[in-house]
Amino acid sequence: MLGNEAIARGAYEAGVKVSAAYPGTPSTEISENIAKYEEIYAEWSPNEKVATEVAIGASISGVRAMASMKHVGVNVASDPLYTISYGGVNGGLVLVAADDPGLYSSQNEQDTRCVARAAMVPVLEPSDSQEAKDFVKFAYELSEKYDTPVIVRTTTRLAHSQGTVTLEERVEPEDKPYERNPAKYVMMPANAIGRHVYVEQRLKAMAEDGNEFAINKAEYQDMSIGFITSGIPYQYVKEACPNASVLKLGMVHPLPRKLIEEFASKVDKLYIFEELEPVIEEQVKSWGIEAVGKEIFTVQGEYSANMIREKILKQEISIKNPAKVPARPPILCPGCPHRSVYSVLNKLKIHAAGDIGCYTLGAVPPLNVIDTTICMGASISTLHGMEKAKGKEYIKNWVAVIGDSTFMHTGVNSLMNMVYNQGTGTVVILDNSTTGMTGHQDHAATGKTLKGETVPAINIYHLCKAMGIEHVVEVDAFDTQKLEQIVKEEVARDAVSVIITKSPCVLLKGNVFPYKCKPVAESCKKCGACLKPGCPALTKQADGSIAIDDTMCNGCGLCEQLCKFGAIERVEA
Amino acid sequence: MTKNIMIVGVGGQGTLLTSRILGGIMLDAGYDVKLSEVHGMAQRGGSVVTFVRYGEKVSEPIVEEGQADVLIAFEQLEALRYAHFLKKDGVLVVNEQQIEPITVVTGAAEYPEDIIKGLEQEHTVYKIDAMEEAKKLGNAKVFNIIVLGMAAKHMDFSKEAWLEVIEKTVPPKTVAINQKAFLKGYEG
Repeated sequence: MLGNEAIARGAYEAGVKVSAAYPGTPSTEISENIAKYEEIYAEWSPNEKVATEVAIGASISGVRAMASMKHVGVNVASDPLYTISYGGVNGGLVLVAADDPGLYSSQNEQDTRCVARAAMVPVLEPSDSQEAKDFVKFAYELSEKYDTPVIVRTTTRLAHSQGTVTLEERVEPEDKPYERNPAKYVMMPANAIGRHVYVEQRLKAMAEDGNEFAINKAEYQDMSIGFITSGIPYQYVKEACPNASVLKLGMVHPLPRKLIEEFASKVDKLYIFEELEPVIEEQVKSWGIEAVGKEIFTVQGEYSANMIREKILKQEISIKNPAKVPARPPILCPGCPHRSVYSVLNKLKIHAAGDIGCYTLGAVPPLNVIDTTICMGASISTLHGMEKAKGKEYIKNWVAVIGDSTFMHTGVNSLMNMVYNQGTGTVVILDNSTTGMTGHQDHAATGKTLKGETVPAINIYHLCKAMGIEHVVEVDAFDTQKLEQIVKEEVARDAVSVIITKSPCVLLKGNVFPYKCKPVAESCKKCGACLKPGCPALTKQADGSIAIDDTMCNGCGLCEQLCKFGAIERVEA
Repeated sequence: MTKNIMIVGVGGQGTLLTSRILGGIMLDAGYDVKLSEVHGMAQRGGSVVTFVRYGEKVSEPIVEEGQADVLIAFEQLEALRYAHFLKKDGVLVVNEQQIEPITVVTGAAEYPEDIIKGLEQEHTVYKIDAMEEAKKLGNAKVFNIIVLGMAAKHMDFSKEAWLEVIEKTVPPKTVAINQKAFLKGYEG
């Protein structure tokens, strides 16, 4: 079972009734699997803040609830998180946060444990799929016992690894009775002051009781060497030093101090082995305990058993150097509508303030259109900031590019701001009718829910119109001539304008064009124009003419449009 | 003793299906199994790697450098990229297909020549033009199962067990063609 699938199973077995999330690698499969359980209401929310608030509402009403997100989603959700930490729960409330050491699919490498410490919320960290399921269930017990939201922290390696899991039945607890309790759930200053006192007591109690939790366990073997570790790094310790003593922490915040002090006193040499920030290490050292951690281990990337073999066991690891080979970065798929839009922007030498999605790949060669990417929704607001700094003429060769899902996530706020504060920027909404990068999840503008129901789709065009934007235009993403003309007009305009480029993601079921593109060898002038946007189905042959891979071509016809000599034809597949 | 298998290729080549079949056969045989995959962004035509480990009790879910018993490569350049993960006596099973990465297409880098020749000097290499074989079978998509069939000879499971797990794992309509593809690789 995939780690994420096990988390979903844990939620099911724990009797969770409501789940809300916004997709984000490596957390997406949690919701996708939860949605398969009829007993659980599950939704895609527009963003992680909304998802967390939905889960909070469910908890206050008396049922067990879950919100899941990737690490940067926790930032978006941090506003409700910091305060529900004060309010606490009625039905158990668990937030799953998936960190991404090694940056497989993220814009930073932040450590959720730091957020949790600041928010004074306990954190459990499983180390395999079985624990992922078990810890989720335990998290609900803790949540209700200590009146606190609980974070279950995973990492990419756990989320996307599979291991065996023993299944159990679902046990659905009785709904907790709802009683009006403003002192607990209305966080205005007078009430919050009191709750802050409670939060501090709660953490102290959990730190104390944590000494007895079964998930914090000392495995005493060879006492000359001891490791304090948690999560996936525990597996690396077991791999490299199967005989070492290990204190495996299942709860990484608050730390069980007595247990740690006892362990430290019994082993000769103590190492703290944790990926990313020295969260455990700094606390342990602050108690006057001698230990080695980030002196020899990095705060970057994923750890491995070889790191222990090398740095601690001083073993010569006789591995060969990797061969020097050309990098193979991810690329836009053949037939991707983003490529078409970028080929137009590139031709017009337009700069783009970018956003988060597949289309971030517009930053790299050969497209080279995107200049900035910060976080979800930032494209529109950063462009606005540039205009306010440098004036409206300065952004006449700029646009913001943002996907439909990201626009619904937080882009919509930025657009409101642009309108309100008299910006004149041009926003290109790359509407491919899905959340593409995470593997095709629906959102409020697709007309389908996570559970597969058909619902009215929010119309992005009318949404923009309702903000009072006069110039909103929809265009087929593959109509390059029309798009070029529109972009020229809109960037020149002294008013906010929105260009919605429409064409569904080619990987969505049923969206492959019923065509294939074929080279017409005798007409080819070997100019390379068709190769410019970097479609992977096209390759240049030794004689300079092009070949089109039949199995890869999705028949979008962009190359056909780019060829001035009729040397590519689009034929029925 | 834990055995370490790696599957490498280009996003979209079907590494996830192959690893599901591998994981399935190991579980059926009663082993502890751990599998680690790449999802999300990196799958978009990028270099992808899946680790599969099985044994009595498996700790870490990844295979580290110098530890792979079998490296299954769906593409030549990816074989070269990950060859240093092989054990000294490890086996490389490689599909001869070449897919140019964007860095080569744009002229920023060159696709190395004679990759397999070079690898053969240092490793035990079994190669096959699986795409060609798959086309002969009438379905180019099953090339990955042909490669898997070739690699299966270097693992400790019976032919029947493989055919059974394929039947359980792939969509019902494609069982026959996938089994045929497997046997193509397994029996040559």
